[in-house]
Amino acid sequence: MIILWTDALIYLLLTTAMVSGFFLRNYEGLKRPLNKIATNKSAMVSMIILVFFIAIGLLDSLHFKAEGQRASGVISVLDYCTQPLWQQTEKTYSAPFSAYLYSKAYITQADGYQSWGFPRLKFGGSHLLNPETEKTADVLIKLIVGLSKGFIFCLSWVGLRALYVAKKAGQSRLHVRPGFVGTTIIVVVVGLSGIIELSTYYHILGTDKVGEDVFYQTIKSIRTGLVIGSLTTFIMLPLAVVFGILAGFYRGWVDDLIQYCYTTLNSIPSVLLIAASILMVQIYMVNHPELFTNLESRADLRLLFLCLILGVTSWTGLCRMLRAETLKLREMGYVQAAKVLGVRPIGILFQHILPNVMHIILISVVLDFSALVLAEAVLSYINVGVDPSTYSWGNMINGARLEMAREPVVWWPLIAAFVFMFILVLTANLFADAVRDAFDPRRNQHD
Amino acid sequence: MIQYIIRRLMYTIPLLLGVNILTFFLFFVVNTPDDMARMQLGQKHVTEQAVSKWKIDHGYDLPLFINSEKGSFNKITETIFYQKSIKLFVFQFGISDSGRNIGADIKQRMWPSLAVALPSLLIGLLVNILAALLMVLFRQSYLEFWGLVACVVIMSISALFYIIGGQFLFSKLLKLVPISGFGSGVDALKFLILPVVISVVSGLGSGGRWYRALFIEEVEKDYVVTARAKGLSETQVLFRHVLGNAMIPILTGVVVVLPLLFMGSLIMESFFSIPGLGSYTIDAINRQDFAIVRSMVFLGSVLYILGLLLTDICYTLVDPRVKLL
Repeated sequence: MIILWTDALIYLLLTTAMVSGFFLRNYEGLKRPLNKIATNKSAMVSMIILVFFIAIGLLDSLHFKAEGQRASGVISVLDYCTQPLWQQTEKTYSAPFSAYLYSKAYITQADGYQSWGFPRLKFGGSHLLNPETEKTADVLIKLIVGLSKGFIFCLSWVGLRALYVAKKAGQSRLHVRPGFVGTTIIVVVVGLSGIIELSTYYHILGTDKVGEDVFYQTIKSIRTGLVIGSLTTFIMLPLAVVFGILAGFYRGWVDDLIQYCYTTLNSIPSVLLIAASILMVQIYMVNHPELFTNLESRADLRLLFLCLILGVTSWTGLCRMLRAETLKLREMGYVQAAKVLGVRPIGILFQHILPNVMHIILISVVLDFSALVLAEAVLSYINVGVDPSTYSWGNMINGARLEMAREPVVWWPLIAAFVFMFILVLTANLFADAVRDAFDPRRNQHD
Repeated sequence: MIQYIIRRLMYTIPLLLGVNILTFFLFFVVNTPDDMARMQLGQKHVTEQAVSKWKIDHGYDLPLFINSEKGSFNKITETIFYQKSIKLFVFQFGISDSGRNIGADIKQRMWPSLAVALPSLLIGLLVNILAALLMVLFRQSYLEFWGLVACVVIMSISALFYIIGGQFLFSKLLKLVPISGFGSGVDALKFLILPVVISVVSGLGSGGRWYRALFIEEVEKDYVVTARAKGLSETQVLFRHVLGNAMIPILTGVVVVLPLLFMGSLIMESFFSIPGLGSYTIDAINRQDFAIVRSMVFLGSVLYILGLLLTDICYTLVDPRVKLL
């Protein structure tokens, strides 16, 4: 078991979320907004897809040592589950579902005769005798087999659940539509099972320049996207919340100082500040190689630094919003009453101010997520993103964009990265919209 | 008015000072000039002489804050802080690590940046507002619903996709415009079309949603109800009353980014090889030219603060409710 920094923080974040969820499970004030989300179809679909993404990310965040597997010897649970994907590497590019290599080479046949053509892949579609005629049918069969495997799995699961639920029916307090949610989960699971079945026989998204499976790269990138989207806000939240509330609550010189700090930080264009900070981190890492023992921890620390820097540059927006809200809240009758009754400032902050700005915090966390995932790709393009050895959509795009000039076009790494990023960002956006609609009091007046 | 502007100007001084100290801290204290020299010269087998020669060549051989070897006033001026940071205030950017005059480079490169960024901003603004007004005009209909769906989809696609896809489709397949490059005069037009179109399209998602939210909020106000009660048609209400009143937030939102247009867009310029400040910065980042990055950080902040200043002034000009104190 090896715990990288980001792994630890991710699981810390998960535990925090679960513990607060546990304590808030009976909280009256959450019922209405949660119900509103639960009745929103697009939000529920997005949430289910997000949960699958998060599950993959979490699996990929459990690292352990496996001798002789990789150069560094560190693999994650996800790597363990997808061993065939990353062990079966080809020579170079190959198109999705192709049985042949992208580039021509001399092929030595069994009788020693050499010919010039597209060699067969070592793994992708290697079970076929004659790919030209058999492939389409084989892909369809494999797909149907995979889908039905998933379907059978779902059926058995639903059956088991039916037995269990029948005993304690009517327990759910949320108005979730069980039929709708269940159907969505089944569709996703069945689809995934089809993809898994296919990917054991083919490179379903092709291979990249060094012959690595693109599908494997894209699912490995999920973790990077999630880490950047979630850890950054996790890091910046304490800063924004503490400073924002203090500035709004105490006014005076505290307010002036905090306002000055965030205006100064805010006035530096964020991309430039991030670039400058990352450059400095790079120098630091180059000059202190003794601190970063192996490749994994080096890449991991760089990812963490990126989250830190993104967090430091992005807390100002939330801080300003919280300050404005606190300024409004402190003049409210109940806060004044608490003051008159002799409640200490700390008590007022925790009992009256913090719970009443929670919706702003929540909304900004979910809204920021998708923007951060998109930012990662852009930053990687400018070379100030994650470590080049880390799997990320930005690195995939960066590595593949020059290949568009080839003939025939090598489109699959680019499209794969864009499509996965698009799915994650779109679901996050839809979910964020639902959360905002549910929790923002200003939006509730109209309906 | 003059008094107000002077007070706002005074307020920018501590901000600029803060930015200056922050960049100085980032570039000289986190990593000393020695670290930088070693990085530039290659990591291993760097002799002390090579490091000190690099530092002398680039003017990093001075002490950070106080030069005790020099006489009275020179104690402060003969330092890195004075030479490299204070001089930024008078826009003396000095020499880049590769030996070029940064100030001259900036003067030359800001115009191509502006040529891309200004039309992108103006056309984008027009398209966003029109799209938002259309959605508000047909609110609670399928048009609005699908418009919003389109907005979410557009804003969920990475900006890189628009650029790469656009270049591939319009330049490589259809051969309508050159893939990248820049020309002078009217010749530049054909290079500018694609970047402008792409930045307008990629900004449509979030922009359209933002302006729609703005208009929707405005539409429910009393004066709109009054206008409707007077018998004005919905288009008249929208274009004359709502748009007019929403102009204040729109205008202030635009004014604040106006000065920053000189800085250009980092990825757009580097993809289309437009010789502007954005690609200048990217090149500097890739070459690890700290002098340029430091200058650009400071310049960007100055322009942003200038934008804030302009916004304040605009507010007082446009909105009669804002009184000058």
